[in-house]
Amino acid sequence: MAAFSPSQVTLNASKPAEGAGAPLIQTDGVNLHYGSSHALKNISVTLGERHVTAFIGPSGCGKSTFLRCFNRMNDLIDSVRITGSIKIGGQDIYSPDVDVIELRKRIGMVFQRSNPFPKSIYDNITYGLKLHGMKAKSDLDATVEQSLRGAALWDEVKDRLHTSALGLSGGQQQRLCIARAIAIKPEILLMDEPASALDPIATAKIEELILELKKDFTIVIVTHNMQQAARISDHTAFFYLGELIEFGTTAKIFTNPAKRQTEDYVTGRFG
Amino acid sequence: MNPATASSNKLDFRSRGFDFVSFAFTSLTGLATLLILAILAIILANVVWHGWGTFSWRFVTGSADQDMFDVNKAGILPMVIGTALRVLVMTLFVVPIGVITAVYLTEYAQSTAVTTRIIRGAVNNLAGVPSIVFGLFGLGFFISFIGGAMDAGRAEPHWGKPAILWASLTLAVMTLPLVIVATEESLRAITPGLREASLALGATKLETILKIVLPEALPGILTGGILAVGRAGGEVAPILFTGAAYYMRDLPKAATDQFMDLGYHVFILSTQSPDIEKTRPILFATVLALLLLTLSLNLIAVVVRARVRKRMRAGH
Repeated sequence: MAAFSPSQVTLNASKPAEGAGAPLIQTDGVNLHYGSSHALKNISVTLGERHVTAFIGPSGCGKSTFLRCFNRMNDLIDSVRITGSIKIGGQDIYSPDVDVIELRKRIGMVFQRSNPFPKSIYDNITYGLKLHGMKAKSDLDATVEQSLRGAALWDEVKDRLHTSALGLSGGQQQRLCIARAIAIKPEILLMDEPASALDPIATAKIEELILELKKDFTIVIVTHNMQQAARISDHTAFFYLGELIEFGTTAKIFTNPAKRQTEDYVTGRFG
Repeated sequence: MNPATASSNKLDFRSRGFDFVSFAFTSLTGLATLLILAILAIILANVVWHGWGTFSWRFVTGSADQDMFDVNKAGILPMVIGTALRVLVMTLFVVPIGVITAVYLTEYAQSTAVTTRIIRGAVNNLAGVPSIVFGLFGLGFFISFIGGAMDAGRAEPHWGKPAILWASLTLAVMTLPLVIVATEESLRAITPGLREASLALGATKLETILKIVLPEALPGILTGGILAVGRAGGEVAPILFTGAAYYMRDLPKAATDQFMDLGYHVFILSTQSPDIEKTRPILFATVLALLLLTLSLNLIAVVVRARVRKRMRAGH
């Protein structure tokens, strides 16, 4: 950490020391093919519990694809083949005895484009809860409030819970999607460029929220915004052309990267 | 101003005069639209003009027991009921089957697979089959084959004869492509993000389809239903051999009963009357009733769709 220069990037002050957090997600030699194209090449990485890990890299480098391996969203595409192992909490999530539904209950996801259901704000949150068997209205009400508070949205929407979610602003919609994801109390939150379609103020709110959420959740976030990665993440992984070029603490990746490509990318020389 | 300096200037905004080609094309599109409107207006005006005198409450609610060719005695209530009933029964069959097929094609089948392409081709070809062929198909398949099989062991045919059930099913087969295509289009218009959001929350594919995809596609499904009702309402050929009756003393009470039909009655009035001139007012009034019935069935569906859209926008 000798080369750390605070002037270059603003780093999250509450960052734990390197190596903190028990390993939660471990991948070993992951390869992914879309038909004939080789999208992920031999990726081995370990992500810690209650950490924020940022995936950065130019468009098409495979970072979103890799993120979608963790909740098996890639299963939805017919031509995808995955080899290697991805273990979460020690369990191989691609083993035949894994129930994808159970997996996705424990691993929430927030997408690039906010995608609230065309239902009321309240029904957006209760959708997942009802799927997983919560019936009592008092439980539902309590969880709705708790989730909306958790997503820093409660004060803005508490008087209109039963109006359409589509009437919210873009930033509010994205926070609603976060509330919806955390309502079912997952262990891990996957975020695929959650702020890329938002204005700077809404982005700042989402970033604040992520720092708050990391107390309870392990967060993996894909971002194009280098400052964002620097501000909110503990660890950063740099991907390029389907390969994991470098992985380390965010401070190290942004101030003293080991690889030339990483340095070129984080300093804006390409990408 | 010197014209030489004006033309040498690169910026010249002066009009080049009347653009005849643009004007001609605009007029042509306008005229074509006008033509359609004129044809529709002529048909409607003609029907209303000639039919209005006979079109009365007594005529619409009267029975057909008296002389059906006598202006003062003819009634069309059994035909109105028969037509409405066959359209309704058809809807009960065609909407669920069409929606399920569309769900299979868009949500489950691989779009590039050979079987999917064959099914899609079959649906498109079904839409191009002449309606009289559907009538013959209904006679052969529903009445002889299915009805005949159901009658096995019976001395008298019970199922294996023309009936409102078979007529409705024949119409359902005919309008199936309309419902499938409309539903497919609305399913494809739903952003993939909604399906992903649901799946990522741990919903199964079935839960996603039932709770997110289909409610979102409801207006499109209703559009399919409207198209089917509109198409089937006035069709005569498919029911000619499968269930329509020249005359019935009673209204249909069972699925195996035949029925009287407005469209078929128009055909009867125009071909079987002993005195064409005297029957003509009844003929126009019956056509008017048929148009009004189809229109109101459509109107009901359009109103339902509008309400569904409004409710969806409100977020419930």
